[in-house]
Amino acid sequence: MSKHTFSIGGVHPHDNKISRACAIEPLPLAPTVYLSMSQHIGAPAKPVVAVGDKVKVGQVVAEPGGFVSAFIHSSVSGTVKSIGPRKDLAGNPQTCIEIAVEGDEWLEGIDTTDTLITEIPADNKAILDKIRLGGVVGLGGATFPTHVKLSPPPGSKCERVIINGCECEPYLTSDFRTLLEKGEQVVVGAAILRQVMGNVPCTIAIEENKPEAIAHIQDVIGKLGYEGIEVMVMKMMYPQGGEKQLIDAVMHRQVGSGALPISVGAVVQNVATALAVYDAVQKNKPIVDNSVTVTGACAPKQANLLVRVGTPLRYILDYLGGVPEEAAKVISGGPMMGRAVANLDAATVKGTGALLLLTEKETRRAPASACIRCGKCADACPMGLEPFLLNRLVKANDLEQLEKNAAQDCIECGCCLYSCPAHIPLLDNIRMGKGAVLGAIRARAAAAKAAAEAAKK
Amino acid sequence: MTSTIIWTIAIITVLGLVLALVLYLVAKKFKVEEDPRIDEVEKVMPGANCGGCGFAGCRAFAEAAVKAPNLDNNYCPVGGNDVMAKVAAILGYEVKAKAPQVAVVRCNGTCENRPKVNEYDGFTSCKVKAALYSGDTACSFGCLGCGDCVEACQFGALSMDPATGLPVVDESKCTACGACAKACPKRIIELRPKGPRGMREYVSCVNHDKGPAAKKACAAACIGCGICVKTCTHEAIILDNNVAYIDPAKCKLCRECEAMCPTGAIHGVNFPKPLDKEAVKERIKIRQQKAKEAANV
Amino acid sequence: MSKLIVSPSPHIHSKDSTRSLMLDVVIALLPAVLCSFVFYGWREILVMAVSVGSCLLLEWAVTRYMLKKPSTLGDLSAVVTGILLGLNLPYTTPWWVVFIGAVVAIGVAKMTFGGLGQNIWNPALVGRVFLLVSFPTYMTTWSAPQGLFGADAVTGATPLGAINEGLMGGASVKDIMAQNGYDYGQMLFANLGGSAGEVCAIALLAGFIYLCCRRVIKPWITLSIFATVALTALIFSGVNPDRFTGPVFNLLTGGLILGACFMATDYVTSPMSVWGGVVFGVGIGFLTMMIRYFGSYPEGVSFAILIMNSFVPLINMAFKQKKFGRK
Repeated sequence: MSKHTFSIGGVHPHDNKISRACAIEPLPLAPTVYLSMSQHIGAPAKPVVAVGDKVKVGQVVAEPGGFVSAFIHSSVSGTVKSIGPRKDLAGNPQTCIEIAVEGDEWLEGIDTTDTLITEIPADNKAILDKIRLGGVVGLGGATFPTHVKLSPPPGSKCERVIINGCECEPYLTSDFRTLLEKGEQVVVGAAILRQVMGNVPCTIAIEENKPEAIAHIQDVIGKLGYEGIEVMVMKMMYPQGGEKQLIDAVMHRQVGSGALPISVGAVVQNVATALAVYDAVQKNKPIVDNSVTVTGACAPKQANLLVRVGTPLRYILDYLGGVPEEAAKVISGGPMMGRAVANLDAATVKGTGALLLLTEKETRRAPASACIRCGKCADACPMGLEPFLLNRLVKANDLEQLEKNAAQDCIECGCCLYSCPAHIPLLDNIRMGKGAVLGAIRARAAAAKAAAEAAKK
Repeated sequence: MTSTIIWTIAIITVLGLVLALVLYLVAKKFKVEEDPRIDEVEKVMPGANCGGCGFAGCRAFAEAAVKAPNLDNNYCPVGGNDVMAKVAAILGYEVKAKAPQVAVVRCNGTCENRPKVNEYDGFTSCKVKAALYSGDTACSFGCLGCGDCVEACQFGALSMDPATGLPVVDESKCTACGACAKACPKRIIELRPKGPRGMREYVSCVNHDKGPAAKKACAAACIGCGICVKTCTHEAIILDNNVAYIDPAKCKLCRECEAMCPTGAIHGVNFPKPLDKEAVKERIKIRQQKAKEAANV
Repeated sequence: MSKLIVSPSPHIHSKDSTRSLMLDVVIALLPAVLCSFVFYGWREILVMAVSVGSCLLLEWAVTRYMLKKPSTLGDLSAVVTGILLGLNLPYTTPWWVVFIGAVVAIGVAKMTFGGLGQNIWNPALVGRVFLLVSFPTYMTTWSAPQGLFGADAVTGATPLGAINEGLMGGASVKDIMAQNGYDYGQMLFANLGGSAGEVCAIALLAGFIYLCCRRVIKPWITLSIFATVALTALIFSGVNPDRFTGPVFNLLTGGLILGACFMATDYVTSPMSVWGGVVFGVGIGFLTMMIRYFGSYPEGVSFAILIMNSFVPLINMAFKQKKFGRK
């Protein structure tokens, strides 16, 4: 079988999938959960419950605060204790709903059985509505509200749905376990997605280091008899699962700077999102839990856990035996793009896919030395940028040249810093430059819009 | 032989003339008419090109000042009133004298007062650090200690104190250009009037946390208790969002708030004598008692 | 877990460091160094020791006393420069000449530009060319290799020097080759004279292959130099075999392999992109042949590389990688 990959750059970190053999097991309920109102990209959700209210699992506790926003459901049954600011994993205050857990009573109408429902409703509008009401957001990392992504702007046409099962980040195994254990549901989810987008073909992209998942999904597709869904084996290369890279690898089309995937006819959804779509549409089950990989060489135990949204990180780690002495860093997500946790009392959100424990030796940055102009960063950059140059431009604060050299195209994958032999904090700086350039572009667009409106008057 | 010399001289002369003509024409064609006063104004500017006035440099300031109908919106903080008087003289404008200002670091989060709760291992830059998370102490409002302000200062007026981990302003070098205040992602640095003989009183904290949380994060935090507001007889202190602020325009430098502050968040600098807290507290007590008696009568 | 570390992503790093890359270069140079020891004996060991030692000493002294920065000896770049300089000198070079070469290489060509990564020209080559211009006698006369314990042998000219001289005297290439008894097989394995690094083509090529396999360097620069040299020589010698030497001779002599494999591929002074590297290599190959055929110096690789080094910033600007999703 030929393997597909993207056309520019990429790195080969050791994949370290040490938790791949651990089946997904449900984590016992925490005594208290904290539901953040900012679990998605876009406007924070607005709480619709009051302190003292009794809630059930799956009950709406917050509604979208704007067009790009999402519903939030209670992940447990119990009493609302407080609504107010609470520090997230970065220590920044976010509005949270605190719920004291009492029993585990689900809202009526949610199908909690394991029965597989393959019959897909015919009404696409109803499906989209269910996805929206189920609070489904992209679980691959960006947490973009799924119903918005599935409603392409007028004039654009979807030609292919890509289900992202690459899981190219080292260590992570929750998508792999989901493919193995919930393959049928993921495939039905994929079928729903391709129907919603107008019966376009669908590709489930899986990296070559997951042969069991590849075989299983091919098997499931054959068994369920869906047409138009195929598995594509991807080369093991980081960042294969980056949205733009994956579209390039699968469709040989490159999404332009600042453009959306739909501009080249692609819609990409993560494996976990496909499962969430299945749950929302077929089972009426909103996102109340997600699978979280807990791993790392120094982790007390390797595990893939089914965790209710809003569970404190410390509770998860304590369940597995606490944070060991040699763990120096806890990362929410993978080692390449995940966020370092500053506050273990923070709670999980819908997009939390992993807790990775690294030792000081594995993660401590070496002191930076002089650039030796080896060009390894430029070779590694999957966007074809020149990180060494951007780094210099950020230091000189040259916005014009930064924009010319496409700092705004950076996807923050970390390949440059990963490969730099001089350990120069390239991405740290480029991120700042990217932010500044995007700000300037937005300001310009706003000014142009204002000028156009003024001219109209 | 002679003809060679003559030819050489002739060719060089003609070449020189032609080139001179070309240069003349080019200079004429591309000549930009400029107000000569721009050059004059630029000459009296400090020439630091620091951008403290809000323009890209001294030249840009001069251009703007010449174009503007008055000098209300153009003030060079580095040159101060002396330079502005010269500029005003050149342009024939009036200029309002401004009180000289100085950068003030409003954070008490020394290593002792504010213990670290995690360790930052990224690029040493407050901007990068602030974009990543709330910081390596429990206070998410205080100084991040990576020295962006020190880097921003063109006058060498700022330095990091290794003992406290906080930046220190050298008042004799500070020109109040405001570059540090702009560079600080936590907006800790404020430009305040220097005050009479440099004496000034300010709240050295900007945290918005509620009292207990603030106190837990930093021993010298403003806990928003409001004692200073009650003490002040000049209505110079405002308590907003759990933090006090002393209005320099109203402050009479009596130092009563400083004596009463339970955490030591209020600082008074350049006073000739150290503050005798007990004496001031006694004075306040007597005054409050008298006021109470007066109210009872 | 006393205090958690917090940093921006990524949280892991590849095993590469400046030190490990330089160490790879040192390892790749070892076969050639050992060969030169075996062929030239203790005097070559002395040249190499003085060269590496003085490069390290100068790097340490300049960083310590002039730049006042922490020591950069650990990155091993001075060792690489020292070895390359040593390989670029005849084994008969007096120790003080070697030391002057190191002063120019590290002190002038590297540190005055701000140290590793800032220099425009390859330090070892600048040192070598400085010596070539200043002490031509030491640099161009050559004694036949006498082995590790052998006695001094006859002094003669390098093959390229002999050809250059012979051509000036009106002889044809064929005659000179026959007269000196040059043989390609001998050239591939053992030196015919010149600097120490030209001693064994096989050892140098083995090092080059090692560097490519370890992905320390990309082969394109080197290959394009070889291809250009071969092609240029083929054309010229095809037109006039009496006046111009052929491709094999040119590939195997005059430090071309050393230069193409280890000096032209220096990170700091070579272009970053693949196509930039090809242009760089073609330039070096062509200039080398032009200097060899038409210049007064018999040997052209060093000059060609230094000239092309100057164009690297321009090449870097002209050959940028295609950006994703842009035309």
